[in-house]
Amino acid sequence: MSATLSPLGDVAAIHDATRDEASLRRFLHGLPGVDQVGAEARAAGLATRSIKTTSKAWAIDMAIRMVDLTTLEGADTHGKVRSLCAKAMRPDPSDPAVPAVAAVCVYPDLVAVAVEALQGSQVHVASVATAFPSGRASLATKLVDVREAVAAGADEIDMVIDRGAFLSGRYGQVFEEIVAVRAACGGAHLKVILETGELATLDNVRRASVLALLAGADFIKTSTGKVAIASTPPVALVMLQAVREYADTTGDVRGVKLAGGIRASKDAIRYLVMASEVAGPRWLAADRFRFGASSLLNDLLLQRHKLARGSYDGADYVTVD
Amino acid sequence: MPAAPPFEYAPAPEARETARLRASYGIFVNGGFRAGTGETVATTDPSTATALADVHEAGPGDVDAAVAAARSAYDAVWRDLPGRERAKYLFRIARAIQERGRELAVLESLDNGKPIRESRDVDIPLAAAHFFYYAGWADKLEHAGYGSSPQPLGVAGQIIPWNFPLLMAAWKLAPALATGNTVVLKPAETTPLTALTLAEIIAECDLPPGVVNVLAGGPAIGQALVEHEGVDKLAFTGSTEVGKLIQRTVAGTPKRLSLELGGKAANIVFDDAPLDQAVEGIVNGIFFNQGHVCCAGSRLLVQESVAEEVTARLQERMRSLRLGDPLDKNTDIGAINSGEQLARIRELAAAGEAEGAQRWSPPCVLPERGFWFPPTIFTGVSATHRIAREEIFGPVLSVLTFRTPQEAVDKANNTPYGLSAGIWTEKGSRILWMASRLRAGVIWANTFNRFDPASPFGGYKESGHGREGGRHGLEAYLASR
Repeated sequence: MSATLSPLGDVAAIHDATRDEASLRRFLHGLPGVDQVGAEARAAGLATRSIKTTSKAWAIDMAIRMVDLTTLEGADTHGKVRSLCAKAMRPDPSDPAVPAVAAVCVYPDLVAVAVEALQGSQVHVASVATAFPSGRASLATKLVDVREAVAAGADEIDMVIDRGAFLSGRYGQVFEEIVAVRAACGGAHLKVILETGELATLDNVRRASVLALLAGADFIKTSTGKVAIASTPPVALVMLQAVREYADTTGDVRGVKLAGGIRASKDAIRYLVMASEVAGPRWLAADRFRFGASSLLNDLLLQRHKLARGSYDGADYVTVD
Repeated sequence: MPAAPPFEYAPAPEARETARLRASYGIFVNGGFRAGTGETVATTDPSTATALADVHEAGPGDVDAAVAAARSAYDAVWRDLPGRERAKYLFRIARAIQERGRELAVLESLDNGKPIRESRDVDIPLAAAHFFYYAGWADKLEHAGYGSSPQPLGVAGQIIPWNFPLLMAAWKLAPALATGNTVVLKPAETTPLTALTLAEIIAECDLPPGVVNVLAGGPAIGQALVEHEGVDKLAFTGSTEVGKLIQRTVAGTPKRLSLELGGKAANIVFDDAPLDQAVEGIVNGIFFNQGHVCCAGSRLLVQESVAEEVTARLQERMRSLRLGDPLDKNTDIGAINSGEQLARIRELAAAGEAEGAQRWSPPCVLPERGFWFPPTIFTGVSATHRIAREEIFGPVLSVLTFRTPQEAVDKANNTPYGLSAGIWTEKGSRILWMASRLRAGVIWANTFNRFDPASPFGGYKESGHGREGGRHGLEAYLASR
């Protein structure tokens, strides 16, 4: 697709959009709308794809490689994080052929523990930051949060946007915050959590996606997992379209992370189908598509067992952490 | 991380055995199945062009027998049966269709060539929904707006097409039976199997003999039914050419007639439309059921300011359409129903090229056997081209442009047809303005090819007259009183 035909316009238009608050606003409000009913119908249509046998096996392993194995509880301890890291590196003790997951995701104060536990492995350490999950803190506090996590060794930062600012139309403020966090990340990858459950409309999801991409997000991410409505198929659809259009326009391929509420392999596979058909096969890679999850991994392992052995072996045959 | 291999979908076919295909089929008259006295023809699987089963078609004598059976069932039982009793039969049929839904879906895909995804998710559920819907009307006819005591017409002759074989049978049978008429139904010659299986369901539901009769057969049987003196009402869905013939034949007789004929619908996309969903709607509008849809959005009218963008996105989307085995659950586009139809599509596509329009299809390997045509769009089409005027009834879209809403209305209405239209814009007032000026029986806003038994369906001009579905659909089978 030629760049000038994208709804984002061309590289010059994108450069123009970020000149000042008014330009940004015009640009975001000039994006084509998203019809909720139509988006839901398309997402439901993609969910009818039937993924069997060899393609299912391929998809399960691909999904395992894309998991950000996450623990974000007040009750997290060093022991819990170490145990999670061990599982991240070798998800299935009974089968060394199972690939490692993409990353372990923890709170900033536990980054150092995870870094140590994962030493020598390919598994990344992701940390939530910027006053996760509400984002209600001063910018200075948020930046300290980010710098500490990076200093402790996190190579991926999952930040939250200020939804209050976004919903009241202060797009410039959201943009500047992401830019500042981007700078504070240094070499670490930045995932920007839109918290789509609080943005409510798909028009907002599209605008927030584009806004985050313009501000330098390496990934756009659906949710914190801390509000009732997390990742839904229509939201994923709109975000995948956004990264696709951004790549078509700028040549710059950014990623999408779906988080919250994805527990079943079947759902993960449906999202892989969506990534493949909506964004394109380029997005079927762990550096472009991720699942933020904790219990999903065990279900993927159970399905993997079932494919290999022909029968379910049950929850006692995968590890609790 | 190395580049990911493409996500290939392994074949996921429905089992052919599910269809419970029999070696031969006959006709259903007066509650019993027998071989017709006409020709024996093979019905084929269009995806492989191989024979599925022998059909012993009806002969002229069978038409007489079926009409006589329908007449005596009408006089003896059906017309005087209380509405609530007729409703029980319709509810029973609806549930039985649901129970045998998988069988019917596979059988439909085998006989018609449509993808199982559509027969499973659209044709069969909608067929059941029509019986459920009209079952609800059967005991409330005096409240339908056709007088305090509306009366059935008598024996209805119903002739249906091959594009939605079971669904069209349901559209015809459900309102006729709910209103107290008896029926002689003739399915299309290339797709009789699901209508005959429906006859089996009807027999199992203990519908009184003769209330529904199903005659497999070709045009001669259709003509005999149209001309038959014992028929009080004719309902036809099919080509405008045949519709005109029927109308001429019926002129000057007491027969009531409803016709649902061809279309050349405009799908109108404004520059403020939700473009991603509009592209989905365009795809659904023309490639649903291989474009074998009378209300297909076969003329895309796109505002010039977004024409290039919409066309580019449409082409991109078309690359992900999967054409192939109709029984595979991941197939988006199935087979063309017959060699005859394929020839017509090819002829019109060739005419499009000859007249100077640009033809484009995504890279797409067509199976060697069977009848196949790739999803195709023509750009640079002008209103004078044949592909902008004639119904192609295949997966071929003509893209035209417009500049203003009035021009969109003028171009959309500039056709002898008037069955359906689509409007894509985020502006509600414009939807209403357009809808009040488009001369088409069905208007979709920000969607396309969406059907519901409660919604009336039918055309303006050469797309026919009378409505099917909804309260309006009752009128075709009632005398107001």
